[in-house]
Amino acid sequence: MSILLTLFFSFFQIGLFSIGGGYAAMPLIQAQTVDIHGWLTATEFADLVTIAEMTPGPIAINSATFVGMKVAGIAGVVVATLGNILPSVIIMLLLAHLYAKYREQTLLKRVLEGVRPVVVAAIFTAGLSLLQLAIGHMGQVDLFALIIFILAFICLNSRKIPLGPIVLLILGAISGIGYAVVTHALP
Amino acid sequence: MADALIREHKKRPEINLKFFFKLFWTTFSLSLFTFGGGFVIISLMRKKMVVKLGWINDEEMLDFITIAQSSPGPIAVNGSLMVGYHLAGVPGALVATLGTILPPMMILTLVSLGYKAVQDNLWIAAAFHGMRAVVAAIVLQVTWALFRPLMKKKQLLPILLFVLSFSALFIFKVNIMLVMVSIVAFSIIQSLILLQKEKKL
Repeated sequence: MSILLTLFFSFFQIGLFSIGGGYAAMPLIQAQTVDIHGWLTATEFADLVTIAEMTPGPIAINSATFVGMKVAGIAGVVVATLGNILPSVIIMLLLAHLYAKYREQTLLKRVLEGVRPVVVAAIFTAGLSLLQLAIGHMGQVDLFALIIFILAFICLNSRKIPLGPIVLLILGAISGIGYAVVTHALP
Repeated sequence: MADALIREHKKRPEINLKFFFKLFWTTFSLSLFTFGGGFVIISLMRKKMVVKLGWINDEEMLDFITIAQSSPGPIAVNGSLMVGYHLAGVPGALVATLGTILPPMMILTLVSLGYKAVQDNLWIAAAFHGMRAVVAAIVLQVTWALFRPLMKKKQLLPILLFVLSFSALFIFKVNIMLVMVSIVAFSIIQSLILLQKEKKL
């Protein structure tokens, strides 16, 4: 029972503080599932982000389901997902109600604009830890991963190269397997 | 948006059991086929609910997007919640939310079962080795895209807040929930003071 409660409140906090859509939830998910509760290893978290990129649906819901399933089965899925969306439901119902009445939210807009730098800093931090995990561990730089990272970053930043995240992920998977074959890491 | 703004409702839907079923199915299928995060689903939502079904008009849609983006929680969930509430009150909001969260719940349940089975497979591990580097690039590119508009404003406070919170999170490993709570509190107080000042002028 207590594990379900812990799951619920962890994902409640993630839902409550992920302001500004998809990627804003990521550092919070990392804090709760990896750093605080140890439900996922850093590698599993990176894989989860990869999986969430390739499957439909918000990353927070995807994570709640993935972690809930791992920690407590189907009951965990339901509890973590409900915890995750409950703040949305409460706050959005309140805002929808106010919207019907006033159709304006100057204060809300101001507050959220003020929070944005911190959200960006948090996503940056999470991105750096994903990079650390991807390209090196224990002082050794994984040259293959570093090259893939740089190429992907260039593709994503360039308007001339029309490769989206999903295509790049598939290419990344193919090169990962290719690299393993070339270096005889595969049977 | 290629076509002109739609200001009229084609038709107000009649609120009955059939409507709730339709609302559920609409949000369910939108969520099922939306890869690539909140903004994608929002634009598909407009196509379906404004252009095709005519349930809401463009002005309302734009307001919903603003509110959905700026409130806590996933944009897709927030967006369909708003539309559902607008059309049919609290029951509408709940039905639309359920339709939005069920597809990712079902898919990730299956994926997590599969992941456990293949986690130690060498081929899968090799594929993830390549994909992890791409994911790091995706997230850091998003950071870069979000960071540029912050810099463009050339205001001191946002940049100072960015540097402060980045050092708190990355160097001093301060709990992110603590950082968020303090910055939200700070931002509320600051906005209230500014609004008060503007009223006096």
